[in-house]
Amino acid sequence: MKILKPFQKIFNFYSDGFKNMPKWGKQAWVIIILKGIIIFIVIKFVFFPNYLKKNFDTDEQRSEHVLNQLTKTK
Amino acid sequence: MDQISVLVEWSRAQFALTAMYHWIFVPLTLGMTYMIAFMETIYVRTGNEEWKRITKFWGKLFGINFAIGVATGIILEFEFGTNWSNYSWFVGDIFGAPLAIEGIMAFFLESTFIAIMFFGWNKVSKKFHLLSTWLVAIGASLSALWILVANAWMQFPTGTVFNPETARNEMIDFWSVLFSPVAVNKFLHTISNGFVVSALFITGVSAWFIIKKREVLFAKRSMLIATTFGLLSSVFLALTGDGSAYHVAQKQPMKLAAMEGLYNGQDGAGLIMIGVINPKKQVGDDRNDYIFKIEIPKMLSLLGYRNANAFVPGIDDLVYGNESKGLISAQEKIERGTVAMETLNQYRLAKQNGDSTTIAKLSVLFDRQTAEGQEFFENYFRYFGYSHLKKPEDIVPNVPLVFYSFHIMVALGFFFIIFFAIMLFFVLKNVVEKRKIWLLLAIWTFPLGFIASQAGWIVAEVGRQPWVIQDLMPVSMAVSQVSASAVQLTFILFAIIFTSLLIAEVSIMNKAIKNGPTEGGK
Repeated sequence: MKILKPFQKIFNFYSDGFKNMPKWGKQAWVIIILKGIIIFIVIKFVFFPNYLKKNFDTDEQRSEHVLNQLTKTK
Repeated sequence: MDQISVLVEWSRAQFALTAMYHWIFVPLTLGMTYMIAFMETIYVRTGNEEWKRITKFWGKLFGINFAIGVATGIILEFEFGTNWSNYSWFVGDIFGAPLAIEGIMAFFLESTFIAIMFFGWNKVSKKFHLLSTWLVAIGASLSALWILVANAWMQFPTGTVFNPETARNEMIDFWSVLFSPVAVNKFLHTISNGFVVSALFITGVSAWFIIKKREVLFAKRSMLIATTFGLLSSVFLALTGDGSAYHVAQKQPMKLAAMEGLYNGQDGAGLIMIGVINPKKQVGDDRNDYIFKIEIPKMLSLLGYRNANAFVPGIDDLVYGNESKGLISAQEKIERGTVAMETLNQYRLAKQNGDSTTIAKLSVLFDRQTAEGQEFFENYFRYFGYSHLKKPEDIVPNVPLVFYSFHIMVALGFFFIIFFAIMLFFVLKNVVEKRKIWLLLAIWTFPLGFIASQAGWIVAEVGRQPWVIQDLMPVSMAVSQVSASAVQLTFILFAIIFTSLLIAEVSIMNKAIKNGPTEGGK
């Protein structure tokens, strides 16, 4: 299929690149993947839920909460 | 310390830790790409394979740094959502839009062309490869642009209006946010800082090769590019630093006063070259500001206001006011901010009670298109953040930390200009191999680049305390109602993760440097 040829070329480009990657490149990818798992799964979901999204269901409730906080007297 | 203060301090410490570690990786990414692009340009123009080898070696070090540093900044966004939720909501699309553009640009520009940069040797044409390298460099700078625009807005909020209905700021003029003088200067100053740090890195590593008598020609050529680029960048850094200080004087006079440890304002104020500030000095007392100082007469007035005799307000003038100079006191601002806060509270209650008459009446005050709204903004709402301060002295940042950070940054900045000029001279005269002391100095100057860079951020961020958004929101108003112990726990977690990443970076980088330029042209 002619239409898929450019995509095949791009796939081969990346595939060859990864296959022929030097040792330092592989080490870098191990770090990127490990870091990604730690940052996007452990840190984000376990330790850093979005406070307003977690505690309020609608944007209206979120605005109301923030307005309360902004107008809280000292 | 009360519970909120403990929470604020830990949240700030966590943000500072994340930002400072993130900023170890970013300057090298920002600057190395351009020097690699110059090296590759020489290769494409001359066809000399040695330049390909040089390009590939520094490209490898860039790749290691990029891989380890990538995504460390995303944690800052998590912290906004969790620890600084009031702030995140209040800034609305001012932060959202630039960060979204940054994310898209970073992904498409950097990721696509970085792949060509590393996988594309011998697979795409020389010219297309070179174009990709340049696009990686430009893409990295553009990514930095958006986050710096957002940061500049926090220092100088412009181009937005506050919507009391949603409690959010809304962008009404994208161009005035993007091209605010603070944003333009911040961008230029920050990226040129990245250029200088990277030039110091390449100069330092090249010096190591020359000392070891390995790859001497390769090292001298690398050093020629790095010192030329470093000299131009460090001069530009000084010029943009002057621009930054000028805008700080106009928009954040308290920060300028803290940078200079100036408590009592002066006409024709001098610039402190070297000084030790009096640790016992408190706001409003009669003690001397400094234990020791050497100053350049009138220079602070000249740099801050482009007029050698201009009045530079001191910390006391800004806290207690100075009628003769038209400065209102922080107490007056607290009172005006409280009027704004009470008006917003009335609006909130009217909304809760469905009181449409009051809502209509108060809405006019928050609409800056109307004369009443403009007057309310100028006299009251622009001081909104002051309503959360307990006392006038709360507007003073940590003066010794800002003062010393500023002076270390400036001193190192001037040292870098001299250093690059001398090293470039040695390279051009082809005598650099004989200058052992200078080569050793080059190795040890590289960490100084990071010290200057981090000191600059301390000046920018600690200097604007207590504001997270200048005059509109102090840190105490911005913080979420989360547990301080949770923030302490994640602080320790981040310290461990980032330290591990730093150790990984240093060890992989060391190994790559010791291996030398093994692959490439020849």
